[in-house]
Amino acid sequence: MTDATDGTAPPPYDRLLDERGSRCPIPVVNLARMANADPRARLLLLADDPAADSDVPAWCSLRGKVLAWTGPAPDGCGRAYLVVPPRM
Amino acid sequence: MPDKRVGGYLDAASTQPLHPAARDALMAAIDSGWADPGRLYREARRARMLLDAARESIASTLGARADEVAFTASGTDAVTSGVHGLARGRARLGRRVLASAVEHASVLQAARSLGPEVLETVGVDHLGRIDVDALDAALADGDTTALAVQSANHEVGTRQPLDQVRAHAERNGVPLLVDAAQTVGREPVAPYWDVLAASAHKWGGPAGVGVLAVRTGVRWRSTAPDGAREGGRVPGFENVPGVVAAAAALEAVWADAARESARLSALVDLVRARVPVEVPDTVVLGDPVDRLPHVVTFSCLYVEGEALLGDLDRLGFAVSSGSSCVADSLEPSHVLAAMGALTHGNVRVSLPVGVGEADVVRFLDELPGVVARVRAALGATDL
Repeated sequence: MTDATDGTAPPPYDRLLDERGSRCPIPVVNLARMANADPRARLLLLADDPAADSDVPAWCSLRGKVLAWTGPAPDGCGRAYLVVPPRM
Repeated sequence: MPDKRVGGYLDAASTQPLHPAARDALMAAIDSGWADPGRLYREARRARMLLDAARESIASTLGARADEVAFTASGTDAVTSGVHGLARGRARLGRRVLASAVEHASVLQAARSLGPEVLETVGVDHLGRIDVDALDAALADGDTTALAVQSANHEVGTRQPLDQVRAHAERNGVPLLVDAAQTVGREPVAPYWDVLAASAHKWGGPAGVGVLAVRTGVRWRSTAPDGAREGGRVPGFENVPGVVAAAAALEAVWADAARESARLSALVDLVRARVPVEVPDTVVLGDPVDRLPHVVTFSCLYVEGEALLGDLDRLGFAVSSGSSCVADSLEPSHVLAAMGALTHGNVRVSLPVGVGEADVVRFLDELPGVVARVRAALGATDL
């Protein structure tokens, strides 16, 4: 996983999920919902819940997804997490 | 008489109710130990004898000498005084206070309050055990006034390798402060410490009594104002009845500790075995074997911590949580975060001395239904 704290933009993604303003466990619940609906999509989750830094990687481990990138959200508010299916 | 609750009080790591032996000792000492132990007349000498006898008893359990032990107003005060005293005593030898990333908040706060960039944390593995290589590297940088590592973790139960930690610290000339609040009265206190802190209400003594032990020869300088009692270490009139009760409680629990800790540990094994099997999408945290006898924590995916605790309370179970979605905290437990663990839907079960097996079994029987209901309320049943 690449942690880009130097402000670089996230790699390409298919779907965006903006959960800023949501508190745990809602960001991960909605991430799971979107991932189930679209299992092959690359998902970019935006969240400002402090728990997301621990919970998104933990969820990825439990569900066999890969947290491919984290960094600041594109507009600078909150964090972005790129969640992708494992390489087949 | 403590109020009986249906279900079970399963939050011993926060506190335990007053041990019956402590209650008796407290009432007796209120009547006979009220005078100022610093004066010379008969009532004063009686108070002094009670205080010193309690000190001898507690010191013996800690593997310390009586003159190394002082009583503070709380475990937090003991930890704070411990850290600040090392910083003051060794001010010319270093500025940083190193601490494991999973120390109790009072330890981290004691270091932070010394100034910006004083505290430096050392990371842990996924079980919450300190990374000894990282510790070694941090110590090698020098400029360290003290190292704080707990005997075992209060949230996940994992024991810290104090023998290795102290060896590294000693090689670098850095004293080790051990927060032993969760182990005193349950397990032998290993001799790997230079300063030790403990808290009486954790072992069934009264609230308002902390223990600070400083090994002879350690460069520790009291931050109490001049004229402080307890060998200059603690300001304020000694809480003689409280200290007497604390010693009585410790003697009582320590006499039975090996047997009771083994019994509680087996109940924790039961929790660790049943939860992941009976509650889907749950992670049990911490070392399964090298751990405290009475503590187990697990996190449930897609569960809101406050709702879970509320439902458990309605069923009669008192537990706590490291989730940020509980009470007024916006941040998840720093312990869980440092371990990279799932923090939401977190429940900490910690078994008090004397807990009934039936209460633990009933908790486990009820848990799957409670979690399912809380998940359903979020529409998270089939994720």
